[in-house]
Amino acid sequence: MNRLIQAVRIVLAALREIFDEAAYTRFLRRRQMQSSRRAYAEFWREREAAQARRPRCC
Amino acid sequence: MGIALRHRIRHNAPADMNRTLSVFLWGAVALLGAAALGVIAVHRGEPINALWLVAAATCTYALGYRFYSRFVAVRILSLDALRATPAERLENGRDFLVTNKWVVFGHHFAAIAGPGPLVGPVLAAQFGYLPGTLWVLAGAVFAGCVQDFVILLFSVRRDGKSLTEMAKEEIGRVGGFVAYAAVIAIIIILLGVAALIVVNALKDSPWGTFTIAMTIPIALLMGLYLRRIRPGKVLEVSILGFLLVVLAIWGGQWCSLHPAMARIFTLRAPTLAILIIIYGFAASALPVWLLLAPRDYLSTFVKLGTIALLAVGIVALHPTLHMPALTRFIDGTGPVFAGKIFPFAFITIACGAVSGFHSLISSGTTPKLIAREPETRMVGYGAMMAESAVAIMAITAACVLQPGVYFAINSPAGVVGQTAAAATATISSWGFPVTAADMQALAHAVGEQTLFNRTGGAPAFAVGMAHIFSQSLGGETVMALWYHFAVMFEALFILTILDAGTRVARFMVQDALGHIYAPLGRTSWYPSILATSALIVGAWGYFLWQGVKDPLGGINSLWPLFGIANQLLATVALCVATTIIIKMHRARYAAVTLIPLIWLVAVTFTASWHKVFDPNPRVGFLSQAQALAAGPATSATARLIFNNRLDAAVTGILVVMVALVLIESIRQWMGVLSGSREAKVKEAPFVMTRLAEGEV
Repeated sequence: MNRLIQAVRIVLAALREIFDEAAYTRFLRRRQMQSSRRAYAEFWREREAAQARRPRCC
Repeated sequence: MGIALRHRIRHNAPADMNRTLSVFLWGAVALLGAAALGVIAVHRGEPINALWLVAAATCTYALGYRFYSRFVAVRILSLDALRATPAERLENGRDFLVTNKWVVFGHHFAAIAGPGPLVGPVLAAQFGYLPGTLWVLAGAVFAGCVQDFVILLFSVRRDGKSLTEMAKEEIGRVGGFVAYAAVIAIIIILLGVAALIVVNALKDSPWGTFTIAMTIPIALLMGLYLRRIRPGKVLEVSILGFLLVVLAIWGGQWCSLHPAMARIFTLRAPTLAILIIIYGFAASALPVWLLLAPRDYLSTFVKLGTIALLAVGIVALHPTLHMPALTRFIDGTGPVFAGKIFPFAFITIACGAVSGFHSLISSGTTPKLIAREPETRMVGYGAMMAESAVAIMAITAACVLQPGVYFAINSPAGVVGQTAAAATATISSWGFPVTAADMQALAHAVGEQTLFNRTGGAPAFAVGMAHIFSQSLGGETVMALWYHFAVMFEALFILTILDAGTRVARFMVQDALGHIYAPLGRTSWYPSILATSALIVGAWGYFLWQGVKDPLGGINSLWPLFGIANQLLATVALCVATTIIIKMHRARYAAVTLIPLIWLVAVTFTASWHKVFDPNPRVGFLSQAQALAAGPATSATARLIFNNRLDAAVTGILVVMVALVLIESIRQWMGVLSGSREAKVKEAPFVMTRLAEGEV
């Protein structure tokens, strides 16, 4: 049962990383901010340049 | 027997038992894999079950990972768990970040999995299921996985440097320049051919076009939700977006049945091509992140979900493969694309076996997330195996179709005839019986007016996937929904690749132009943004337009061109890898990358030769141009002749550039091996890790 819970946790963590939720959490922690519209807009401004340069495979 | 010896035997007994069990277990896996491969290779005449492919693939991957990747990791790369990775040393909370290996695996797989492993194997199914399956399995285990793994590790040891930077440092300036030019060329050709696949899937299909059009307001809604209602809750909004897309698929059916709506959304190929070109330019030049970012998330969500669903579906429903193991088209006369099994099967399937593009991902974001060196094995080698499994699923989806149906969907009108009667007569004469009534019934079942001449692989994959799922979930009555779900899934993530790829290429061109005139390198300077966006979109738009206007359907020319470019990039990556291995004084193991390199050189150079000089006009660009010049002149003749000569020139330039890298690499190897050149690798200095065991 513990292993199953751990597996689910890892899948969720991977999904949070793939979908940038984890990056947003780190951004909030780094900037010591609470989640808000303004914080998310700032996060996206910062993320935009890096995201646009990331190649996606064929 | 002395006490000490008896004690040692007793002490080692569990280890010996584990070893015996392990030998027995892996022996059983090897036997099962050999039996499954034997069945799919030897079986003739009768259809076989897809589970044989699943068993062969599972056993091959298990053995490849357990033994071959371990050999590469231990003997060649000497992965060092004590060496701090750039994620640890340069951690900044943004690009460089120590991350759990499973999370990196998921991230890496999401980045490498694109339409390639779905489309290539479907097209190569014209040779039968056997060539594609064997190439996907052997190519992945011995070439593709190795390439991804070693490039990832070498990038980790160089602070996450890109392939072009490593090529420049380890091979020389020529290597760096060629890698850069090859990347740009591949992106442009890829985007042109990917856009053509979408056009061919959506042309004259009000249902499909409506569904894809609806993803724009859905993405905007998702963007508003993300920014205004629940900032940062991407998974939540992706589920919401997915439900809305399912609703849009259902709405598409209504649209296709409503005469006025159907008229609006029934678009011909040239119209769709123009719309996609405008979309590509807008996505690159305008600040439309509110649309693009949520759609990117939605596309990834649908992609991962569909791949998982298809895997479960194939295992649970284990459909029968109707395509023979080998077809008569191994002789090079295939209608889907012309060319013999060697070399064309091996450039048609790239992403499921070995793809140069992966080396960009392996030397991009991923090396900056790796916590420990040994994890590169699971992420680099393992994720490519997962991608290879996706290719096996695509082969299955294509081969569950009756061969006559498969060829009717994938053959261009220029080859099989303009009318349903002519096409079915031609295909039946090849020994693959199909009737116009069969095709009409199938088109009706999936909610289309016709399925003839839908080249590009995506519609055939969609029909195959719908066929598999309709065997259980909802039966024939929901086949149309499954078909349009599959079309939506492919079109959605191809469009995402179009906008992402255009921006990546735009930034690369801006970086280069910045060396000539500094303001052109500023990514926020609008004249530069507009000029470089127009340049990139114009380039891939030209290939798209060429494909749309090609009487042979476009795929015949463009997919091999893309395959050649992609495999040539893999050649560059393997040159870099071999050079580094030789400089690491591991020359006696260099065959691990050298043999795939030799194979790829043989495949790509032979394919390029055929595509440029083959006397058969369906294969060779120059002979096609010559045949067109000798034939009756129409308004399009001059353009078609120019297009063929352009394709020949592009192929020739790519081959010459890669040959230069190869020559430069061989000079490096000879120099190092003869002792005339210093074997100096450009690794970051060793720093002891501070991460405790099990910390990440």
